Amino acid sequence: MPIIKQKDYKTWKKFDRKRDLQNWLCWFLGTLIFSFCFGLISSKTIWFYVFDSHNEALDLLGRMFPPETNYFFTLIKPIWDTLNIATIGTTIGTLIAIPLAFLSANNTTPSKKFLRPLALFCIVSSRSINSVIWALLLVAVVGPGVLAGIIAIGLRSIGFCGKLLYEAIEEIDENQIEAIEATGANKAQIMTFGIVPQILPAFTSISIYRWDINIREATVVGLVGAGGIGIELDAQIGDLAWAKVSVILLAIVVAVVFSEWITAKIRKAII
Amino acid sequence: MNDKKVIWKRKPLIKNRLLRIGLILIISTYLLSVFLTTEIDWQRILEGIPRGKNFIFAFFPPDFITRSDEILAGIFESLWMTIVATIVGILISIPVSLGAAKNIAPKFVYFLSRGVITLSRSFQEVILAIFFVKLMGFGPFAGMVTLSLSTIGFFAKLLSEDIEDINKSQAEAIKSTGSSWFQWVNYGVQPQVMPRFIGLSLYRLDINFRESAVIGIVGGGGIGSTLNTAFDRYEFETAAAVLIVIISIVMIVEYTSSHLRKLIK
Repeated sequence: MPIIKQKDYKTWKKFDRKRDLQNWLCWFLGTLIFSFCFGLISSKTIWFYVFDSHNEALDLLGRMFPPETNYFFTLIKPIWDTLNIATIGTTIGTLIAIPLAFLSANNTTPSKKFLRPLALFCIVSSRSINSVIWALLLVAVVGPGVLAGIIAIGLRSIGFCGKLLYEAIEEIDENQIEAIEATGANKAQIMTFGIVPQILPAFTSISIYRWDINIREATVVGLVGAGGIGIELDAQIGDLAWAKVSVILLAIVVAVVFSEWITAKIRKAII
Repeated sequence: MNDKKVIWKRKPLIKNRLLRIGLILIISTYLLSVFLTTEIDWQRILEGIPRGKNFIFAFFPPDFITRSDEILAGIFESLWMTIVATIVGILISIPVSLGAAKNIAPKFVYFLSRGVITLSRSFQEVILAIFFVKLMGFGPFAGMVTLSLSTIGFFAKLLSEDIEDINKSQAEAIKSTGSSWFQWVNYGVQPQVMPRFIGLSLYRLDINFRESAVIGIVGGGGIGSTLNTAFDRYEFETAAAVLIVIISIVMIVEYTSSHLRKLIK
């Protein structure tokens, strides 16, 4: 942090000249990249629609209000379905993630050469495909409906839970395992008495966290036909019934806030 | 029976017996009610299995060549969208996250910013994209706006939590020099949250790329549009190629971003 002398007084500056120049260069390059990318996007944009969008938005809001409150009662079943998709999907996902996590953690895997890369591959590919794309594929296989949504959410959760869980397993305290080993325990006993109690807190918080995310994801898998409130949303947008759409959006916000509240409560009760 | 033999039993997970039994009852009623209210059409699933098999076999072999121009254009569009959206989103998130930090903002601003965050977090990118495509027309601009807005919810929430955790004495030291509010934020708060800030930006870049693959399905431009077009044309070989490209780019981006984050830590 240099102090710069001027004619008759000293000033403090945060960086010296070289660091200042470096910072400016970074900003310059960043702005350049940004404007280049933005230029490419804007060349593909019809600006008339963008500049007109506030009128469109006002028009849309006008059609959305007042919301058709009676419609809410027909939404109860889809909301229930959405909650189920998230809950059962999370359960299935975490149940499959447990063995995968044990296979891919460095300290518990039975074979480093063969099974570990295989398990890691399953985890990574489940993580890189979005649940909507999973749902798109599954609707074609098992048909539209709640089941496709449950499987899609489950498949997507495997990667997330598996990754966090195997990182938790790799960080366990080896001394405790040695203590269990010293009593003459076999492999299965080491697992249940040495490892499981150590990762149980991580496991619960991971699955609750994923459940919270899955509530949100479950609202959209219906857009491609995989059950839940998304089906209603898709249908009402298709019908241009905006007064009903606003009820659905409100229901989604309520469901998400509710799930966040529950997650916070459970987390407080456990930790 | 075993008066003299001492038997060790593992402690139950939940100490209160009533709570334990109650929880099991609640969970089993829930599962039963789910099972009863969910219509699963087994006939359709049985029918679907051979159909699904055909469907999956239609993906092989992946065809990268026929539509290679469109795939390339889609990827680059996604990349531009991701970069612009991440930068714009972060620029908007900075004031929001300052407003959503309890130790900085007055009550009124705090609740306002928290409201913005909750709203942006409630809606999935796809739902937002449907509306922005309707408002602004098809193409990458609508996708960019969607991604920037959903960046706010994620970024501002996590950053504001970090701002709330800052070391107060450092900030106070700056304040005691008689700094203005902006100087105080710039010299007292910003250096403390910078590592987290960079980490979060990289993480969000990674997420935004992934999401850009999906919002294309509803018309938001990018690689998702290519995927959707391929599905609509029943060119499943091309769709498979697009999926493979998405997965590999996501892997590369994720690997680099996690590596960079480790470097910064």
